[in-house]
Amino acid sequence: MPEMTLVQAVNSALREEMRRDPGMVLLGEDIGNLGGVFRATDGLLGEFGEQRVMDTPLNECGVVGVAIGMAMLGVRVCAEIQFADFVYPGFDQIVNELAKIRYRSGGQFSAPVVIRMPYGGGIRGGLYHSQSPEALFVHTAGLRVVIPSNPYDAKGLLKAALRGADPVIFMEPKRIYRAGRAEVPTEDYTVPLDCARVVRPGADVTVLAYGAMVSLCLEAADRAAAAGTELEVLDIRTLWPLDIEAVLASVRKTGRVVIVHEAPRACGYGAELAAQLCERAIDVLQAPIVRVTGADTPVPYALEAYYLPDAARVLHGVDRVLKY
Amino acid sequence: METTIVSQGSGREQDPSRLEHPLHRYLDPVRAVPHPVVQVLDEQGIPVGPAPPIAADDLLQLYRWMVRVRVFDTRMVNLQRQGRVAFFVPSWGEEAVQIGTAHALEPHDWIFSAYREQGTAMMRGYPPWKLICQILGNGEDLLKGRQMPDHFGAAEYRFTVASSPVGTQIPQAVGGALALRLRGEPSVAVTYFGDGASSTGDFHAGLTFAAVQQAPVVFFCKNNGWAISLPTARQCRAERLADKAIGYGLPGITVDGNDILAVCTVARDAVDWARSGRGPVLLEFLTQRMGPHSTADDVTRYRPNELLEPWKKRDPIHRFRLYLEGRGLWSVAAEQEFRAEVDEWFNEAIRRAEHQPPPAPETMFDDVYAVTPWHLHEQQDEVLQCRK
Repeated sequence: MPEMTLVQAVNSALREEMRRDPGMVLLGEDIGNLGGVFRATDGLLGEFGEQRVMDTPLNECGVVGVAIGMAMLGVRVCAEIQFADFVYPGFDQIVNELAKIRYRSGGQFSAPVVIRMPYGGGIRGGLYHSQSPEALFVHTAGLRVVIPSNPYDAKGLLKAALRGADPVIFMEPKRIYRAGRAEVPTEDYTVPLDCARVVRPGADVTVLAYGAMVSLCLEAADRAAAAGTELEVLDIRTLWPLDIEAVLASVRKTGRVVIVHEAPRACGYGAELAAQLCERAIDVLQAPIVRVTGADTPVPYALEAYYLPDAARVLHGVDRVLKY
Repeated sequence: METTIVSQGSGREQDPSRLEHPLHRYLDPVRAVPHPVVQVLDEQGIPVGPAPPIAADDLLQLYRWMVRVRVFDTRMVNLQRQGRVAFFVPSWGEEAVQIGTAHALEPHDWIFSAYREQGTAMMRGYPPWKLICQILGNGEDLLKGRQMPDHFGAAEYRFTVASSPVGTQIPQAVGGALALRLRGEPSVAVTYFGDGASSTGDFHAGLTFAAVQQAPVVFFCKNNGWAISLPTARQCRAERLADKAIGYGLPGITVDGNDILAVCTVARDAVDWARSGRGPVLLEFLTQRMGPHSTADDVTRYRPNELLEPWKKRDPIHRFRLYLEGRGLWSVAAEQEFRAEVDEWFNEAIRRAEHQPPPAPETMFDDVYAVTPWHLHEQQDEVLQCRK
């Protein structure tokens, strides 16, 4: 099995899906000759031509709006937003149009556009190349929100998204685009869009994470194990709709929960997870749920390391739920 | 075919920016002249240019459709006043733009409309009783009662579903046009929007993308003078909204939107331009919103009545009727007979629509996703249980 990085896995998924569906189109800024600022679309212009790999003017409202129009008429479209931080000019098209077209038309129309966007900190990107706006999309009825944490999932989830019937916000943790290589099958496969994954089983504390936070939680789990505590690390993967059963199964086992994400805390995705658990599992909880998250500040350039959760902060959270 | 072009003064001749200044040396004097307006019939229905080659029967159909739209609007506003309809957006005065542009399209062309195109929808085949079902939000509404009145949409008639945010359909129409081109279909996409929408970022995005891609799309800008309470002169500083096309590198043409023969002529040519691979076109139709923005609006707060006087003389239906009568194609007797027929047509449509039940409560959770996920089933149970 070949090994590839997460960004190569994304590229491979796009290439295979475009070969599979000769009508499929990519659009976004600098995705053609440059191959995208992170090279996710490297080589695709050469293989598929500029009608199908469309370099667009610098206007996210146009990227999303044009993608919606194509999808409504039956074209499979994958749009790239260069950085999640730049999605807001296209936000109205996503929230008021993309997410609502099936509903508002009584099911007559749909727009199963996949919008890919690199997100998150850890690359010294400052305020405008580091944001994690996943909660905004989870809050919008009609969207699926997917965040892979490794190359295998990135390819399988993206392929599933590109074959699905719903619009998908596909957020890629750019700090681990090239963090390591992993085995990715050459044969066709997909990863279902409603399925969390236990990355490391453990009996003492459930750690809920996704994206770049997963590997950091695994590091914390190694350190905790050395001190005699077993963490169960769950990769949420498909944030919405959420695989609630997988989360509940783990929490019923451990009774203690730490939620980790790099987005700001207030009304972040962790707030929804915590509320779901309070509603469904309060009887098994042995300690208050703890959130280890980015701060409720913009992402600072020079002090980014203080903003982002790291293994030490995860362990600090674990301590709090254990010592309660 | 040539059409006569008339110039309309903009009233900005005393503008300080027109006073002599060194900067004028660099400016194109042609650009300082207001964009010409295409017209075929004058206000008395007398041809001021050659009429387009439209058969007599088709001319009568254009007239009949305009009358139907006007009667429909009046009937719906009356129903609203009687409390039988919650809200309505009349299109009084804009009948020629809706019908003339629809006439220029093939059934396989795609329409990305806004919410004041009931006439276009009707002419495309959207049955009036189904339009009224949408307005009532009942169980027979194609949209399943999901949207406020006037947000029509029917895949069967290639008429996409309107939303309330203004201008969002513009880049979508460009995407639609690109999809049609990718598949090698001979169809074009057209999109309707108003003068207010020409200020949105979506307008800018749509025209920018369309021009760069040379997409087979025609932009129908209905300049009805008002974006709710704001007059066009305070919406845009350009002499004509069609002038905006220059900056995007596509043709922009201003048309007398109350002259259905001018609308038909230019719309047909623009659609042919786009269909033949020459790229997008922006058409601006000068018209007037003779009624309120909606039944929830109070037009007396911002528009003096006398402002409508010149527009009453330009009424698109009256003007075209004079033309048809002048050619011996229409008569008082024909008018009476047709009006009675239209009244009966809408009586039946209203009766049928008002007899439909409301949407079933459990349908509230359908169509959010292709397959309803667990959390919506859970919420559905909660809602239905508490409403028993």
